[in-house]
Amino acid sequence: MHKKKQMAVKVCLIVVLTLMMAIPAMTADNVLMMATTTSTDNTGLLDDLAPHFTQATGVELKWTSVGTGKALKMGENCDVDVLLVHAPSAEKTYVEKGFGVNRREIMYNDFVIIGPESDPAGIKGKKVVDALDAVRAKGAVFVSRGDNSGTHKKELSLWKATGAAVPEKETWYVQTGQGMLASINIAAERNGYSMTDRGTYIKYADTMSGNPPLKVLVEQDNILLNQYSVLSINPERCTKAKFDLATTFSDWLAGTEAQGLIRDFKLLGKPLFVPNAIK
Amino acid sequence: MDFILAGFIEAIRLLFSGDDQTWSAVGATLKASSGSMAASLTIGVPLGFALGYFQFPAKRQLRLLVDTALALPTVFIGLVVYAFISNRGPLGEMGLLFTLTGIAIGQTILALPVVIALSATAVESMDRHLRALLISLGASRRQLLFSSLWEVRYGVLAAGLTAYGRVMTEVGISMMVGGNIKWHTRTITTAIALETGKGMFSTGIALGLVLIAIAFGVNVCLSFLRKK
Repeated sequence: MHKKKQMAVKVCLIVVLTLMMAIPAMTADNVLMMATTTSTDNTGLLDDLAPHFTQATGVELKWTSVGTGKALKMGENCDVDVLLVHAPSAEKTYVEKGFGVNRREIMYNDFVIIGPESDPAGIKGKKVVDALDAVRAKGAVFVSRGDNSGTHKKELSLWKATGAAVPEKETWYVQTGQGMLASINIAAERNGYSMTDRGTYIKYADTMSGNPPLKVLVEQDNILLNQYSVLSINPERCTKAKFDLATTFSDWLAGTEAQGLIRDFKLLGKPLFVPNAIK
Repeated sequence: MDFILAGFIEAIRLLFSGDDQTWSAVGATLKASSGSMAASLTIGVPLGFALGYFQFPAKRQLRLLVDTALALPTVFIGLVVYAFISNRGPLGEMGLLFTLTGIAIGQTILALPVVIALSATAVESMDRHLRALLISLGASRRQLLFSSLWEVRYGVLAAGLTAYGRVMTEVGISMMVGGNIKWHTRTITTAIALETGKGMFSTGIALGLVLIAIAFGVNVCLSFLRKK
């Protein structure tokens, strides 16, 4: 019995030690810390770009993907070095307040309004403003992110564009406070409408084996364009921020190689982002 | 609902094919939870023992405080720890944000009340006759203390296992303080949250099963310490 115990202790010790050894050590130098939005991470774009960036510059890119609101806050707290976000008006205020510098437009994708095939409010093919008016008039379920993310801010700007008050407590207006895919799933369960970036929708359609219950009903309206920009954290406010590495990253993203990679990045055979950096 | 079955198959594949990302998350989970368990047991067991063993003023109030702390929500702990170790927070200089050490600090705060409260309960529920018996046998105060400590070992083990269960499965602290950074601070639970967000439900279920498998392994390792 005693020997058995000893064996068990040894086995457990070995297991624990091997596991600890297997983990690569953390490196602190030459690491650029970025806060970005869920869409760039969830689509796999960053996994695609990061190795090329490291190869070209020798800088390791680490990122945490959160909603744009939280990403901006992390930059304001000097916890990251660079941001890749998509909320142009919030970004401009951010630069004016001195939190961020060198805002540079990198690429865009577009949003779409999706809904059930039966389309109870009859919005298919309409302009965004008319479509939202129809949803409101009908009181059809509309699922919003409600999380202050870039996508949420975009959606609010569309409601504002209709000229009427932005819905808040209306029973048909569902604010999930969750990520895009979770919100789409809720919209599907409630047989409602939602606004999403095209990339997440393509992914969603794929997980539904190409036959999703929610279809794209409104698209190709200029108001639906979604601009992504990179911002460096102001080194005068945050003395520890790696401003030089952030600039390297920003230059690289706007350069020919990265812009080409962005253009060629496809999800399930469909392009997601259109590069539009001005050199 | 075929993703449930797919999840089972995926779990077996992830565990046995040596999938780099999965093992990195397993490593992060074990590292953070081992650190926090070591800290919370070192601090918590003596405090819990003292709380159950000695009589002192305000004991009841202190106990109430510890019991209330059992209900601390993990996201709240995550937020408070973030506020402290953020670069603009009071401990920002230490560079703990987005590290496993930062996660371990938060998890220690999570585990401490569990360890303290359950150890104290174990001491309180110790056989009352034992004390009288030991004194009648001529035990010194010191001997009395140590034999009481020995007597509550199973209670302390149970406290440790309960705390370990909370620490291993929390997601709020790891997400907020660790930032879910691939290869660095992505733990199994934050990976589940991410995969679910990406709509990869079967991978999420697989990772959940991996976590349960680890918990099983830990319990097997500790089972020989239990009362026969």
